[in-house]
Amino acid sequence: MKVLEANKIGELAAALSAAGWRVLLPVEDGNVVRLAPWSPGAAVRTDVLPVNSLKDALLPPSEAIVRFALDGDDFTVQETPVDSTRTVALCVRPCDASAVGLLDTIFNWDFPDAFYNARRSAVTIVSLVCASADEQCFCTTVGGQPDATAGADAILRPAGGGAKLILEPLTGKGRALADAAGAMLADATVAADPPAEVPRRFDRPAVTEWLRANFNSPVWLDWSLACLGCGACAFTCPTCHCFDIQDESTRSQGVRYRNWDTCAHALFTQHAGGHNPRADQATRRRQRLMHKLSYIPERFALVGCVGCGRCERVCPAGLGIVEICQAIEETQKVPAR
Amino acid sequence: MIENIYQPTIMRIAASHDEAPDVRTLRLEFSQDQARQEFFAAYRVGQFGIYGVPGAGESVFCVASPPTRQEFIECTFRRVGRVTSALQDREVGQTITFRGPYGTHFPIDSWRGRNLLFVAGGIALPPLRSVIWNILDRRDEFGHITIVYGARTVADLVYKHELAEWAARGDVQLVTTVDPGGQTPDWAGKIGFVPAVLKELAPPSDNCVALVCGPPIMIKFSLPVLTELGFTPDSIYTTLENRMKCGVGKCGRCNVGSLYVCKDGPVFTVRQVMAMPQGDL
Repeated sequence: MKVLEANKIGELAAALSAAGWRVLLPVEDGNVVRLAPWSPGAAVRTDVLPVNSLKDALLPPSEAIVRFALDGDDFTVQETPVDSTRTVALCVRPCDASAVGLLDTIFNWDFPDAFYNARRSAVTIVSLVCASADEQCFCTTVGGQPDATAGADAILRPAGGGAKLILEPLTGKGRALADAAGAMLADATVAADPPAEVPRRFDRPAVTEWLRANFNSPVWLDWSLACLGCGACAFTCPTCHCFDIQDESTRSQGVRYRNWDTCAHALFTQHAGGHNPRADQATRRRQRLMHKLSYIPERFALVGCVGCGRCERVCPAGLGIVEICQAIEETQKVPAR
Repeated sequence: MIENIYQPTIMRIAASHDEAPDVRTLRLEFSQDQARQEFFAAYRVGQFGIYGVPGAGESVFCVASPPTRQEFIECTFRRVGRVTSALQDREVGQTITFRGPYGTHFPIDSWRGRNLLFVAGGIALPPLRSVIWNILDRRDEFGHITIVYGARTVADLVYKHELAEWAARGDVQLVTTVDPGGQTPDWAGKIGFVPAVLKELAPPSDNCVALVCGPPIMIKFSLPVLTELGFTPDSIYTTLENRMKCGVGKCGRCNVGSLYVCKDGPVFTVRQVMAMPQGDL
């Protein structure tokens, strides 16, 4: 098996960068750890989940989807380049890697999206088995595992108490990455450390069943009173993919951008005529839960949540998926009157 | 290399017509014949387009002209915001961006030999106008055609010249109405709300398909009238107007339940609409 010294991740990144790859990996950025492009001197941190998800590498917060040349009231539509820079995302958590299954589905059903697919084809995803989990982690509740391989091209398994990493290629892209890593990898036989234990936090299928029957439940109001509607949950979520399209222009150039958007925002569904189907935060918070755990399972036979726990970690009000789903379980325990 | 699904085609404004205060119809010609042919190979009534001005943005409206007229498309819309203002500010001869057609259509081929009832209110006549002209251009294939159209005031009625044309044809029953107080001294139509006028008219439901499009309040009170007349939820069609951006099932904005209005709609039967989570409509 191919083995890498765990403290050599930075060197591996440097070697791949020198070989022409764009290397994304978790690095210290101020007082947070962010999945970001490697640069010389970057402090690699594989001990915590980055604040942002792998989604950023496939669907950036803002990107040009149409470019125009403007000349007074005349214009021409220009070619808009896609980003197919050869990229490797190192030490991505298995929850993040598994989220690409849903993104692949959304960005390809009927109308393949060229911008997403260019990035997707160009990226090699190397996930890192979680050796530890925190209180917000709940991947096992929604079908994941701390050592799951879904979505990954290769997986790094900690060994020797975290001193070493076993690189296990899973796809052709993963094998090509292992070849590129070349001399950084040693041939050795070591036993992988046990992955983190992530307890199940709620009964996901039972919650989905409850959601299907309780669109009109009065509890949505109680559960949303603390929500500020800031959208932090959606922006850090590995599967949230909703976007807005907005134009910007100067006198000579126009750009049509797609920007991240979220159902947490009031304007998301507001009609031009004034009517808003989701006029309050309760209906918007309901949409977030329903979309992830009821509508996506119904429509695509997938679960719209990978259990990374970011929504709860970043929420200024401490709200998350787990708390609300546990509350749903509690309502089911109350005997019918 | 996958084509860019957001890349618009360019349309030239061939004509512009003011229908009502702030409501304008633009007649658009394709700048490339290949784009025109591709559009009309796909287009069926009820589908929508995405119209835009570079620098201002894109807006979604129905295509208000029928596929039986393949030289141009028309759209009718109210000036309500940045994009609709930019579109209305364009002059005849200038260009705009266009994507489409998108979404589902009214299954008019399955309605051959049947009677048709159109019920529309205010600015919601445009999505039915394409169907009406498509049916009239193939008049022999269909039975009785009844159109009930109302607006708040006489000035708010759109397509006034076409209403006169339909009334004069002899093979269409047209009933127009305005809300009480919205009439002018020379108004010859009905005075009353659409549901009440519909009830008084009592069009028979036998072998008839109803198409209802209007403000939510009009739809809410028209459906019980239609039900009383014997129309079933499967024989009443409508078109939803959810806010959209991408039009191609990606941006998530038009989700209602597990449906995407841009791909599963905008045309639905009332039975389908009733199965949706009503609080999200």
